[in-house]
Amino acid sequence: MSNLHDIPIATRSGCDERPVLRERGQREVFCGLTGIVWLHRKLQDAFFLVVGSRTCAHLIQSAAGVMIFAEPRFGTAILTDRDLAGMADANDELDRLCVTLLERRPEIRTLFLVGSCPSEVIKLDLARAAERLNARLLPQVRVLNYSGSGIETTFTQGEDAALRTFVPLMPHTDARQLMVVGCLPDIVEDQFRRQFEQLGIANVVFLPGRRAADVPAIGPNTDLLPAQPFNGDTVRALVARGARLLRAPYPFGAEGTTAWLQAAARAWGVTPAAFDAVTGPARARTETALARQRPLLAGRSLFMLPDSQLEPSLARFLHRELGMRLIEVGTPFLDRQMVSEELALLPEDIVLSEGQHLDRQLDRVRAARPDLTVCGLGLANPLEAEGLATKWSIELVFSPIHGYDQAGDLAELFARPFARRARLAV
Amino acid sequence: MQLTLWTYEGPPHIGAMRIATSMRDLHYVLHAPQGDTYADLLFTMIERQDRRPPVTYTTFQARDLGGSTAELVKAAVAEAFERFRPAALLVGDSCTAELIQDQSGALAAGMQLPIPVVALELPAYSKKENWGAAETFYHLTRTLLADQVPAPESKRPARDPARRPRANLLGPTVLGFRCRDDVTEIRRLLDALGIDVNVVAPLGASVDDLRRLPDADFNIDLYPEVSRTLTGWLSRSFGMPATRTIPMGVGATRDFIAEVAALAGVDPSPLLAAETPGAAGRGSSASRQPWYARSVDSTYLTGKRVFIFADATHAIAAARIAAEEMGFTVVGLGCYARDFARDVREAAARYGVEALISDDYLEVEKAIAAAAPELVLGTQMERHIAKRLGIACAVISSPIHVQDVPARYSPVYGFEGANVLFDSWVHPLVMGLEEHLLQMFRDDFEFNDAAPASHLPAVAAQTMAVAELGMSDADDAPAWTADGERELKKIPFFVRGKARRNTESFARSRGLSTITVETLYDAKAHFAR
Repeated sequence: MSNLHDIPIATRSGCDERPVLRERGQREVFCGLTGIVWLHRKLQDAFFLVVGSRTCAHLIQSAAGVMIFAEPRFGTAILTDRDLAGMADANDELDRLCVTLLERRPEIRTLFLVGSCPSEVIKLDLARAAERLNARLLPQVRVLNYSGSGIETTFTQGEDAALRTFVPLMPHTDARQLMVVGCLPDIVEDQFRRQFEQLGIANVVFLPGRRAADVPAIGPNTDLLPAQPFNGDTVRALVARGARLLRAPYPFGAEGTTAWLQAAARAWGVTPAAFDAVTGPARARTETALARQRPLLAGRSLFMLPDSQLEPSLARFLHRELGMRLIEVGTPFLDRQMVSEELALLPEDIVLSEGQHLDRQLDRVRAARPDLTVCGLGLANPLEAEGLATKWSIELVFSPIHGYDQAGDLAELFARPFARRARLAV
Repeated sequence: MQLTLWTYEGPPHIGAMRIATSMRDLHYVLHAPQGDTYADLLFTMIERQDRRPPVTYTTFQARDLGGSTAELVKAAVAEAFERFRPAALLVGDSCTAELIQDQSGALAAGMQLPIPVVALELPAYSKKENWGAAETFYHLTRTLLADQVPAPESKRPARDPARRPRANLLGPTVLGFRCRDDVTEIRRLLDALGIDVNVVAPLGASVDDLRRLPDADFNIDLYPEVSRTLTGWLSRSFGMPATRTIPMGVGATRDFIAEVAALAGVDPSPLLAAETPGAAGRGSSASRQPWYARSVDSTYLTGKRVFIFADATHAIAAARIAAEEMGFTVVGLGCYARDFARDVREAAARYGVEALISDDYLEVEKAIAAAAPELVLGTQMERHIAKRLGIACAVISSPIHVQDVPARYSPVYGFEGANVLFDSWVHPLVMGLEEHLLQMFRDDFEFNDAAPASHLPAVAAQTMAVAELGMSDADDAPAWTADGERELKKIPFFVRGKARRNTESFARSRGLSTITVETLYDAKAHFAR
């Protein structure tokens, strides 16, 4: 199992020259508010209050509507004509509403005021509102604010904006620690925690933790290991607090997970032998799981539409570990600093696109007739009806896909459309 | 500002999208920020449509706000026209675009496209989805029929007796509740009456179809939330009468047949020959519902307490069915649309309850907890409430989720609709024998209050029983003795809440400070139902 040296760690040079197709036009993507749907499950003591319009409320409930909650931990303060008439009025209204809300939910410890397109266009100052409310509510409840608006953020960037709000609150520490950045399913977080422990990396913190009130400390001896490629702003803010960024591909598949863990292992002086001893069995297990899916995926062509910024990482995994042929890899936003290691592992002959002109991109899809198109739910059924197999992309954000023991599941998500087509006889 | 956990209706531009997506050759350019394309999912996922909604979004971003977003609109309009070649174009703003005031409709109208362009003014901060749909349907049709409006006071020519009477079916849309199958059901009824369908709109209609609306003799206002604005205008401008009866339930379907026959000048008696209210037996109606409801198996449904909350059309119709055709007791009736409040208040008065007119989910939840019903007939939102309170629930109106756009034929209008409603309302209730056994043996280890009905999937048993809710909130609430409390627990869970409240109010009215077993039974005799 000692193929440690085969795992490529890209150098910064080279990947920056890769040509990128940049397009502007209609973008079929979610806004950052959608992040609330998973963030509120992770942060169990937090409430997310969107300040916006009925459209914002409708979006969140359409995304989360099949879940039936005893008590949802998100809501919308819907702006009405009255609020638009005068600003002072809107501030009073917001304060009143937050206090009413917190009386109803006394267990809430962190209240996020989430900005939307309407609140930003009318320049409702939510940062000031948060300050005002903090003066009144601390220490029982901390009020934070970020923007999840469509004009500022795309889908997963909502998480980035939310996590970014923790950075100024973090106490200083000089202790040596590893900070994993990005919202992970609990089971994945536990697996990584175990693996770091086995590697002898004792002091590991996850951002976010399971409670918004538990803000980790930060300082010059903190190593940052991003687990999601879309948290660039948060990572840069953490670096500005003195933390050191470990560069690695993201932990998707055996190769990605190994390289990711290895970045931490190197920084913490774990010997290659110790690393192999810890990861070896998991890598073997992963290979068994992937081997089952490979026949379904190898040689098939793949077209990815922009959605979550996970696209370059997933394309790398599908190409290198499952043998898929990449046609176009679209991403809503190409954060070169965050995905440089991934770009270096992608083949040269693919189209890498940033942004979107939906109709033109669909023309390219139809011309290429890929075996599998990764796209949002607004496009999936229409493309299926045209005879194209699709994999809806949002599921990739809502499923445990990181790490060794999810690699098989991740591959299966892409293999399932083929397996299904093979089964259906009508 | 209004705190909203769940919203009953989307913003008005969703209503406009429902019109555009229901039709065939109409396109909609929507000036909206990046992200508002989430609305496509309503159509491709909930309605499971196999094509993209005919909507082009400008999807502006923050960086566009510095430049000219108006140019974005013009580019999007030009591109949409070039690519999709629609027969007419809707142009309008979403809530954020409304704030930056690009006047997208006026811009598009000034572009001299060779097709009708309808500029939509949908105030997103005061109006909602159904209003947006009604307004869009009305303005679109009005634009298309502008050159056909007869001079005021001119008489509508009498129908040529050689041709069958013709009606338009107005109001069905995608994302409406069971519209697809209701249309089929009503078509059948009309055909049996010898009436032709001229145009069904907006569902399935083309722009040219809308131009043919005046060829009909009258209109059937099938979903007033969407179509009443238009049928009112067609009545005023073209002298076309419109129906008022919603054919949901057996009684209402019979009334509808009589009303339609009168408007069309045809004889309804062949169709109504077997429809005798009160007649027993399987052949008493074209629907099986009357016999099912009369069969002794349904006796236990008598007086079941039902709370109804929906759009006005379905709520009012459901209340009549509940009271007259199922033998339930209506303990609450309400709707989320203020525009139809008067109709709902009138209906509520007939059942001796106060109408609840509110779009506040928490207020609805409070009213349901206070009424402690055994069955809730509502929307997707009431499913949340009913689950939390541990009450049986069936969905009768939008907003809906994907399970209420079923593959099978499932109208709620007409005679088959009555069959569908009987099944779907009875299904969530505990069945008769189980109900008896629950009362006789309280301590069964696997078959008890906490266990869900055995014919239902085992979903979350940890709901807050309705019995424990909405009671004893006043300071003067009498205290329960331990014996009294124990006895109360012996009452089946679905009526326990009501029993607790009745007993407390009985005790209060008698000036009693404690409730014993005796008080409980005194109250029971007092309120005997």
